Amino acid sequence: MSKPPFERVVAEHGPTVYRVVRAVTHAHDAEDAWSETFLAAVRAYPDLPADANVEAWLVTIAHRKAIDVARGNARRPAPVAALPDAPTGTGRPEDADPDLWRALKALPEKQRHAVAYHYLGGLPYKDIAQITGVTAAAARRAAADGIRNLRRSYAEEMGK
Amino acid sequence: MTTTHPPDPDGTGLDLAVPWPDEALMGRLYARLGREAEATGVLDIAYGTLDTPVGSLLLAATERGVIRVAFAAQDHEAALQQLSDKVSPRILQAPARLDVVSRQLDEYFDGRRHTFDVPLDWTLASGFRRTALDRLYDIGYGHTATYAELAAAAGSPRAVRAAGTACATNPLPLVVPCHRVVRADGSIGRYAGGVDAKRYLLGMESST
Repeated sequence: MSKPPFERVVAEHGPTVYRVVRAVTHAHDAEDAWSETFLAAVRAYPDLPADANVEAWLVTIAHRKAIDVARGNARRPAPVAALPDAPTGTGRPEDADPDLWRALKALPEKQRHAVAYHYLGGLPYKDIAQITGVTAAAARRAAADGIRNLRRSYAEEMGK
Repeated sequence: MTTTHPPDPDGTGLDLAVPWPDEALMGRLYARLGREAEATGVLDIAYGTLDTPVGSLLLAATERGVIRVAFAAQDHEAALQQLSDKVSPRILQAPARLDVVSRQLDEYFDGRRHTFDVPLDWTLASGFRRTALDRLYDIGYGHTATYAELAAAAGSPRAVRAAGTACATNPLPLVVPCHRVVRADGSIGRYAGGVDAKRYLLGMESST
């Protein structure tokens, strides 16, 4: 089975992976997390089975890299770290819809991860369970709770 | 009171809360990935494109040298897929590695360069094809040879058809000048970039 060149993988899944890391990290970490994810992915790509679910594979790497980058950047004395979600220039969710963005960021971490990986990244619950260290049922519940909370905020927004 | 929210397909606000990144951001991230992959040695094949009088060229290089030049007529996507299958799928657009060959091609099309001086990676050509392609360097700028002459120069005078195949499957056209091989009857013969491109190149070389 023939495997597409890695540049196709970036073109097809790059935007999705960006949304995932954007949802689970601070703005100044998202670009670093995206880069680290694809750098690790291009390294491992030749060994990925041709029939693998590429997007799930990338989201799994992204989860790990988002944590690494957040830790690494937090250790560095970056004044920007004091400002939550400092704007980086483009692709700023807080500009698109500040209230909904705040609602997403306000979710408990387990819910935010489950929502980001499942609804943005398309990752099956059993895979989310594996990378976040919970059961599949708990991951499903966290995603459902997260979406319910978001939906409530959304409805409030629409009703304003 | 009205709000300005665009329609939201699943009613959760998720598409609004985390919008899709724009092209400028993706372009910036992609460029950074190319640079970092190159710097950490995981970029097996870097590629770029170059606009020329004979159309858009795909240029691809390994760390050893230029491995592929492909005309638009040959389908750039197909050329990249072939590289992925035969060499490595670690392929990214990262034009820095193609700077030298791009500049030399520009000079060639300006009539200021007659030979190319860049390292080549011959992975995609082997056996008699490789031998025949090597002999193409003997045909100077502005000159032509026949397929029979090429076969003879490659040491197999009767392998005229194979010499034609070697030219047709040349992974490095222009840099390795298969366009200078024509038919014995004086007609121009085939070309991977199309007959019009071959006619253009021979005309350009004979007038400068």
